[in-house]
Amino acid sequence: MSVLNSPNPVTEDPGVEPLNEKSLRAQDVHEQRLLLSLATPAVLAVIAIVVIPVGWLFYLSFTGSDGQLSLVNYQKMIEYKSYARTFVTTFEVSILTTLICIMIGYPLAYFLAMLPERLAGFFMLAVLLPFWTSLLVRTYAWLVLLQKNGILNDLAMSIGLWDSPLKLVHNLTGTLIGMAHIMLPFLVLPLYGSMRKIQRDLMHAAANLGASPVQAFWKIYFPMSLSGMVAGSLIVFVLCLGFYVTPAVLGGGRVIMVATQITAILENQFNWGAASALGVVLLVVTMIILTVATKLFKLDAALFGKR
Amino acid sequence: MSIQSNNLKTESSTALPIHVQDLTKKYGEMYALDSVNLDVKSGEFLTLLGPSGSGKTTLLMAIAGFNRPDSGSIRFGDEEVILKPPHKRDVGMVFQSYALFPHMTVAENIAFPLKLRGVSLAETAERVATALKTVQLDGLGDRDIEQLSGGQKQRVALARAFVFRPRILLMDEPLSALDKKLREQMQIELKHLHKQLGVTTVYVTHDQREALTMSDRIVVINKGQLTQIGTPNDIYNHPANAFVADFIGESTMLPLNLDGSGSLYFEDNLIKTNYKISDAKEWSLVIRPERLTVVKDGQYDPEKTIVFSGVVREFIFQGETAFAMMSVNDKYNLSFRFGTDASSWQNALQPGDSVSLGLNRSDVIVIPGGREL
Repeated sequence: MSVLNSPNPVTEDPGVEPLNEKSLRAQDVHEQRLLLSLATPAVLAVIAIVVIPVGWLFYLSFTGSDGQLSLVNYQKMIEYKSYARTFVTTFEVSILTTLICIMIGYPLAYFLAMLPERLAGFFMLAVLLPFWTSLLVRTYAWLVLLQKNGILNDLAMSIGLWDSPLKLVHNLTGTLIGMAHIMLPFLVLPLYGSMRKIQRDLMHAAANLGASPVQAFWKIYFPMSLSGMVAGSLIVFVLCLGFYVTPAVLGGGRVIMVATQITAILENQFNWGAASALGVVLLVVTMIILTVATKLFKLDAALFGKR
Repeated sequence: MSIQSNNLKTESSTALPIHVQDLTKKYGEMYALDSVNLDVKSGEFLTLLGPSGSGKTTLLMAIAGFNRPDSGSIRFGDEEVILKPPHKRDVGMVFQSYALFPHMTVAENIAFPLKLRGVSLAETAERVATALKTVQLDGLGDRDIEQLSGGQKQRVALARAFVFRPRILLMDEPLSALDKKLREQMQIELKHLHKQLGVTTVYVTHDQREALTMSDRIVVINKGQLTQIGTPNDIYNHPANAFVADFIGESTMLPLNLDGSGSLYFEDNLIKTNYKISDAKEWSLVIRPERLTVVKDGQYDPEKTIVFSGVVREFIFQGETAFAMMSVNDKYNLSFRFGTDASSWQNALQPGDSVSLGLNRSDVIVIPGGREL
């Protein structure tokens, strides 16, 4: 071959452009533009639905009732105890819901991950089915089940579990039951994904090296499923922070979370500034939690698909 | 691999023999293991060789305790282990996928079996360092598993399998994920390591060359049954049947006819006299391609050499040798290998050339049965 024998023609003759260099580069540029143009609708949508409203919200929160720029909305939040209580309740409900989801979701995901793939798909349907049902329907269904003369109380009393009807709804208990039910798939899905990735060989290796099933679980399986569990818990927790329907219906006015408070302010006082300030604080807190947790647990891969 | 240390060595008195007796495992209607009997000698390097689905891995997994056979017995020395869970069997194992724990460093992986056995921290550190040295990974203890190359992972898996001084070591195609050069290098290293450790080793592979290179004895396994057990030399030069002859090395099989006096003929060529008649109805002549040489008329001793004449059909340069195929009477194809050194290559053949090939009578291999076994 002549190429091997003769020196590279480019270095010899700087005046001549390498063969097809320009047109090949033009093709590269063309492809990149094409990819960008495919993303345009999504980018426009994000700007229209997220960036502009949030910006507007942000602006409103720094506006007093007279329309002038002021910090009055934030000052009120510090002054009135009810705001602080709302935030405490929000975090309390979110943390408890997340914990309940972990306690139910981890064994469930483990069970699914141990099944042969086809069977797991079937059982996964059972997890996902509620997902496709309206949130409102599921919430009111819980109301029917849990209320004073509801199915659960009737059943429990008829078999003698308890004598008088328990207060299962319009309080924290009801809120947690409903929220845990709705949030469960958000935990199970990432957890199941991370468990499926754990090779069976690893558990064999642990046993072969002398680990009892319990030791193998705690030393190998659990640490390896942790990233999925933290990712799922974080999703559940963050979704809980801003949740509205379920606490509003099943909490019966006793469980006031931030979203409920915002609605109340808008309905009763029509105070956009105060409502916006609450929204902004919730948004900022959520972002701080996400950032810290991501750094802390190295969740880039699990949450954002980075490698 | 240079021999670096001695305190890894399993005392040869504690290397254990393995006795497998009537081991049967069915998957549905298919026998993965069909009443297998096998004795692995203490300190021996024994290879289970067979095609995929032959049952070799099932047998290894049964020895390790990862699957539950339907019936039979497995003993390590005098101890019955068939009912013992895997974590109490105390055998080392190297997995095909290496099965290294990704959330632990190299050193933590190797220390894992020692921790479970309650070995003191100081001794653990010392033994991990020694094991790393033995597999030539000195100083890489702090690395994450993902930072290692395939060959390095292989070595870590190996170190982890022998660091707790098991008396039996099992390996499930440990080299199959490596490229050819590294694989051949590791074969030699593993062989040396086995000598150094003196541990009874059962090795599974589908690569016949790997089996021939490494083993004290080879067990050829097919369809859940042990077809032949022997040294590499035995297996290659005295295959028990067509399956073994076909699976190990290259071969051509030609059908033979038996006459009344017990002599075997291929066409008109007398192959063997006084053949001990077995129950078989068919016999085949197995010819290894590298044992055929081109002969010229009158330049060979017909007493010692069997000659096949035909026409060259293929002649392909492949590096260390050329692969060639000769057709005999347009009916049988006989493959042979041709040297590529300068003096041999002067006489290189072309398709269409007529040629005579000689086979030394001492290289004649006769097996019962035919090709389609």
